[in-house]
Amino acid sequence: MNSNDTFTVAGRTFSSRLLVGTGKYKDMDETQEAIEASGAEIITIAVRRTNMGQNSDEPNILELLPPDRYTILPNTAGCYDQKTAVRTCRLARELLDGHNLVKLEVLGDEKTLFPDVIATLRAAEELVKDGFDVMVYTNDDPIIARQLEEIGCAAVMPLAAPIGSGLGIRNPLNIRTIVENAHVPILVDAGVGTASDAAMAMELGCDGVLMNTAIAAAKDPVLMASAMKKGIEAGREAFLAGRMTAKRFASASSPVDGLFF
Amino acid sequence: MQIILNGETRNLDEDATVADLIAELNLTDQRLAVEVNEELVPRSTFSNHHLKAGDEMEIVHAIGGG
Repeated sequence: MNSNDTFTVAGRTFSSRLLVGTGKYKDMDETQEAIEASGAEIITIAVRRTNMGQNSDEPNILELLPPDRYTILPNTAGCYDQKTAVRTCRLARELLDGHNLVKLEVLGDEKTLFPDVIATLRAAEELVKDGFDVMVYTNDDPIIARQLEEIGCAAVMPLAAPIGSGLGIRNPLNIRTIVENAHVPILVDAGVGTASDAAMAMELGCDGVLMNTAIAAAKDPVLMASAMKKGIEAGREAFLAGRMTAKRFASASSPVDGLFF
Repeated sequence: MQIILNGETRNLDEDATVADLIAELNLTDQRLAVEVNEELVPRSTFSNHHLKAGDEMEIVHAIGGG
């Protein structure tokens, strides 16, 4: 991969276009190994209550994956309204010494984990005004994606399919439309299942892909992390190379001139 | 006095600060964030933020998530 092909979000530049979550792994060792194999530079974390009275010596995710090595992207997973999402982001910024990059998600219901786009728009507006760089999870609606960009989000992240479903890109045409309209990075967030899904997202022109379950729930998460890294790189190169035009009928690859019969 | 800490009732000395409570919980050097009554309490103000009876306090940290 050309080392000049970097990806910039909110003024921060990265060489990896694969962003990974840190949830659902068997243990901390597996988390660390899979993330290493993925080559990801941006990793998501969640913010939760500290358990009182339990062993406070257990390793902290930020000791394992330190902010001086990774760009930490705190999420608002589990938030179903504007207020809790904004509170979570403010706590995360304090937790990370003023680091203002966040992944906003405001969910609509537990069955689909689809975004509540109205609450998402309002929360995004409040967070942008408060100085956050907001990478926002949304559905694959080009109109909402454009509105989130207009509000000032640093990146718009449409889902491929429901979070954790592994169904792959259900609506590639919408993803392509979102990419074509955009002036901020577009990342597919959620729903990819395997390396070809990640490659497809990149071939559609996305700037990156954010995933968690597709790696963590594989039989061999470390190997899948490596596969995803390659899928992202292959898809990106194919996008930059510009694919051939698809045709209905055959076109011989060997010359017809010079046939001796 | 009583406050609600992470959803559970807790007894505290009158006039205890956020810093006092964090020390009592052996969390002093941990990477955490605090809010009281849904408002963020910056780390720099832990030692002069006095808790009041009935305060609802949250102490949070980072965990794995997608």
